[in-house]
Amino acid sequence: MQLAVWTYEGPPHVGAMRVATAMRGVHYLLHAPQGDTYADLLFTMIERRSARPPVTYTTFQARDLGKDTASLFQDAARDAVERFKPEALLVGASCTAELIQDDPAGLAENMGLPCPVIPLELPSYQRKENWGASETFYQIVRHLADTSVRPEPREGRRPRVNLLGPAALGFRHRDDLREIRRILDLLGIDVHLVAPLGASPSDIKTIGAADFNIVLYPEIGDAAARWLDKTFAQPAIRTVPIGVGATRAFISEVAALAGVDPALALDDPSSHMPWWSRSVDSTYLTGKRVFVFGDATHAIAAARVASEELGFTVCGIGCYNREFAREMRLAAKEYGLEPLITDDHLTVEEAIAVAAPELVLGTQMERHIAKRLGLPCAVISAPVHVQDFPARFSPQMGFEGANVLFDTWVHPLVMGLEEHLLTMFRDDFEFSDTAGASHLHGHGPAQREPAVLAALEPAAANSDTEIALALAAGWTDEAERELRKIPFFVRGKAKRNTEKYADEMGLAAITLDTLYEAKAHYAR
Amino acid sequence: MSPAHALVAAARPPAATLEVLRERGQREVFCGLTGIVWLHRKMQDAFFLVVGSRTCAHLLQSAAGVMIFAEPRFATAIIEERDLAGLADCHAELDRVVDRLLARRPEIRQLFLVGSCPSEVIKLDLGNAAQRLGAKHVRSETSEGVRILAYSGSGIETTFTEGEDACLTALVPEMPAEAADAKLTLVLVGALPDIVEDQFLRLFAELGIERVGVLPSRRAGALPAVGPNTRYLLAQPFLGETGRALEDRGAVRIDAPFPFGAEGTAGWLTAAAAAFGIDEMHVNRVIAPGRERAKRALERYKPALEGKRITFLPDSQLEIPLARFLSAELGMIPVEVGTPYLHRAHLAHDLAALPPETRISEGQDVERQLDRVRADRPDLTVCGLGLANPLEAEGLTTKWSIELVFSPVHGFDQAGDLAELFARPLRRRDVLRI
Repeated sequence: MQLAVWTYEGPPHVGAMRVATAMRGVHYLLHAPQGDTYADLLFTMIERRSARPPVTYTTFQARDLGKDTASLFQDAARDAVERFKPEALLVGASCTAELIQDDPAGLAENMGLPCPVIPLELPSYQRKENWGASETFYQIVRHLADTSVRPEPREGRRPRVNLLGPAALGFRHRDDLREIRRILDLLGIDVHLVAPLGASPSDIKTIGAADFNIVLYPEIGDAAARWLDKTFAQPAIRTVPIGVGATRAFISEVAALAGVDPALALDDPSSHMPWWSRSVDSTYLTGKRVFVFGDATHAIAAARVASEELGFTVCGIGCYNREFAREMRLAAKEYGLEPLITDDHLTVEEAIAVAAPELVLGTQMERHIAKRLGLPCAVISAPVHVQDFPARFSPQMGFEGANVLFDTWVHPLVMGLEEHLLTMFRDDFEFSDTAGASHLHGHGPAQREPAVLAALEPAAANSDTEIALALAAGWTDEAERELRKIPFFVRGKAKRNTEKYADEMGLAAITLDTLYEAKAHYAR
Repeated sequence: MSPAHALVAAARPPAATLEVLRERGQREVFCGLTGIVWLHRKMQDAFFLVVGSRTCAHLLQSAAGVMIFAEPRFATAIIEERDLAGLADCHAELDRVVDRLLARRPEIRQLFLVGSCPSEVIKLDLGNAAQRLGAKHVRSETSEGVRILAYSGSGIETTFTEGEDACLTALVPEMPAEAADAKLTLVLVGALPDIVEDQFLRLFAELGIERVGVLPSRRAGALPAVGPNTRYLLAQPFLGETGRALEDRGAVRIDAPFPFGAEGTAGWLTAAAAAFGIDEMHVNRVIAPGRERAKRALERYKPALEGKRITFLPDSQLEIPLARFLSAELGMIPVEVGTPYLHRAHLAHDLAALPPETRISEGQDVERQLDRVRADRPDLTVCGLGLANPLEAEGLTTKWSIELVFSPVHGFDQAGDLAELFARPLRRRDVLRI
């Protein structure tokens, strides 16, 4: 048994729902008790989808268990097929139904339903949401792809590509897709199919007609891409175009596979990020310590952008999906770090506290951790929250995505000019403790949680920000007064360093000298 | 006769003739685990440990809509493959998890082991585990001890608010027995927001009911006594099993409407006072100011709500009393009132006060019910979070039912707030020019 307070990923059948909901013309029959329908609200509330997920829950109860849950399943299958007339029916079990072993696959196959049935075996007690999405998408492609379909002769037509991985409840998938389509359009490449998002079973049938695949989200699309490579000899692009460098590499690889000129997309005048990063105001970003955590793909990409394109120092990196531990370890090596691969958010919180970063790039979970520790934070990865579905266009991928990354990561920090002024006027009354950190408000506790909770828990635990300045024993009055003169955004670090230094030196009292000795000791 | 008395007197014998549409099919409701979200706020020294799957943990965090609290007073012990395969002994694993938890949270005085669908199906005996663990964490010279109880919030057994019913039922055997010569005592039953509970306690005191206990109590040590001289008054309509457990210990239910709006609250208080033999004139004097305030608050909402048609999809079992409130006190027209489970005896007063043409449905087949909503086209549909946006997209105005459970809505001084919850979606529909 594992004690979990909050989880990064849902159960695997929620992953299957993300695929089913993304597609058109499929229906998912889930053998499940009442209550599992909660998953609908992820789509209708968090993503604000205007239609219910195409899922029928068999809703068995305790009193059915001794009797006939199998016929309940078959009745539900018949009703769902009649009502929704899907082109394909996914069938599977949630965690409880897995235990009663009704064999949804066998039951549905024996019914002679008028549409293809795709059975899903998603072991709830071993696997999680991303794996469930990946497996579901793979099964759909395997079952539905017409293996006799091949690309038309290449002469006289534009290259054709499949985009694999975008799904429902994805972190900025909608906007990434728009940006990637724009790039492909500049290159003169046609998108044959996007899947699962927006694809129907009849679209999937023709998946072999594309010249190659682009795996945008390996967590969901890679298993299917590997099968497509084996079956259709469709090569796949696996470079994830997050950041300017990766976008340029992506364009070059795509252009090479398609036999087109990469320059058509490389010199994009809307790519502002390189100049914004080189401009003098960004000097202060140099060496800012950043802690990165998320799904492996987004975390690895974010670390690269942070280090190569913004000049940050990556002081911690990790992911919650073990399936990509290998990739994560490889990436962490580049920064000389041991990666944190865990789905226990308390462990992540400890690691962040120890690393003492100046910026956290993480999920909504790390946003809350950062809030408690009084650190600036930007969200880079699922699990998603209602605010991860902005009304405006806000991709992570492509040149526009890189522009977005610059804005959303840099804004939580104090601007360069502002920092300079703060240092000049550090003793000014406006920069006293009571004035607070005005630049943090956009990322502070005023964030809207679903109203439900606002009513329930009016005061989030803020006590830890206070604790952040609770002084260890031994501070002399004079040293403490000096500490308070240090601007608030570096004060916590100064305090920690000084106490650590005093501890290491075995000093009983922290004096003014200790403070400055420590400063010299830790100077970069 | 005042309307409050009318509401009490109108209670016909549980209508044997009452026509109820019973349905069975897909239910778009939460399971009983969801009650933890408000129960852990109410019981301030209690921890709720769900023994279940990743789905249970995901449900709690999604239903709660939160990832904001560092360490809330609930968590899930996620059953894993090795537990199921018998590689790990589930009870030994549970002991390990509980020991660690209690060591980490020494302020916890009550621990609920909450059963889930998977734990029920594998027949993990949590009652037994609670006894075993309770003996280990019993009060001693060095420790205050932890009361450890078990109940099921599983979806195969409980629908949404039935989780609270199961939790309170588990508490009843823990209530001390009242003294043999005990005087008549009132126990208020049902988790209410503290502010509302305090309002009611003040009113009971003014009425002259001296001995009043509350179930659930805010702290472990404050459970009221129970016995034949106990009269209990339900604040929530979903506490059938709790009522039965109290009656097994000799307590007697005070038959009353539920305390929503001016008249519901007046009827509820009047029934309580009558059970304590309090003079009717005095009762009227005590409740008049609150009742008048509530009426004034409701007057403001009448123009917006009067004549508007409303459908409730089954959710919290609050549907019948709320429909009574909206139709009798605000002139709304209930089209269909769906409830997951209909407790006719406890709801007799509210049922009797509903317009006779109201379609009452019990259970759910969500697809068919939505077909009826589309055919009825009510002005307002009260439904769960999974259905609200899809119905809005079809042009039907909705109200999230979950807010009715999480917000203070009982009593005189919340009557206006309760009306506002229904009026706001309609007002929004009218103001938007987009």
